[in-house]
Amino acid sequence: MKLGILINEGPYQHQASDTALQYVKAAIKKGHEIYRVFFYNDGVNNATRLATPPQDDRNITKEWSELAKNHNIDLVVCVAAAQRRGILDKGEAERNGKDSDNIEEGFRISGLGQLVEAGIQADRLITFGD
Amino acid sequence: MSEEGIVKKFMYVNRKSPYGTIYALESLEVVLITAAFDQDVSLTFTDDGVYQLMKDQKTDGIGMKNFSSTYSALGDYEIKKIFIDKESLEERGLSVSDLQELVWEDEDEDYAEKSSINLVSRAELSNIMSQQDIVMSF
Repeated sequence: MKLGILINEGPYQHQASDTALQYVKAAIKKGHEIYRVFFYNDGVNNATRLATPPQDDRNITKEWSELAKNHNIDLVVCVAAAQRRGILDKGEAERNGKDSDNIEEGFRISGLGQLVEAGIQADRLITFGD
Repeated sequence: MSEEGIVKKFMYVNRKSPYGTIYALESLEVVLITAAFDQDVSLTFTDDGVYQLMKDQKTDGIGMKNFSSTYSALGDYEIKKIFIDKESLEERGLSVSDLQELVWEDEDEDYAEKSSINLVSRAELSNIMSQQDIVMSF
């Protein structure tokens, strides 16, 4: 089955991203296709490479990044939600006159149309949120 | 902007009051984008989500942007199926007259304005939800 994933909560504060990560790993193991993972609301905070959790804790952002690299998963962060919360790639940082970017490798910033497209193209859209 | 002519039923379920969290505002943003993709869009307001449609909202005192007028534009985006959970209204001592009017224009009847609001019971709502392809909850 072709699955779209929507994550609406940030890391650590809320379980949503952890659960989504476990779900996506399990789905891949069962042979399903992940069409796209879309990060919205505070979910965009999953994309910052500047987060530095304690060493004995999981690093959710790194886990997403590695999963994306190993399985060629499209991780998309909503641009409007990201701008509000200070998640920027190089292009966005330059365009908005900011002195740095902070997006983790494997994530890309794009519009909400990517979420709607995932809803249209995937067999199921699964939301992880509050 | 339709995707190879695929039209799916997208329902957005709004459960939170308008200014306590950002969910109401960011839900509205997805709703408008979905309409631009020519999809079959409907909205549900339930739990504290019914407060999103309250008339005469004033946000000066809390320093937030009042985005409640955006709901009245939904009809212009061909979004004309708005479901309001009757029991949620009642539980909060509200009636539909406390809510802003939402209308759409019927081209086939000389652009007559028709109400987009449907008051439904939770049982009816559950039935309507089961007919959707995509349900996103905010």
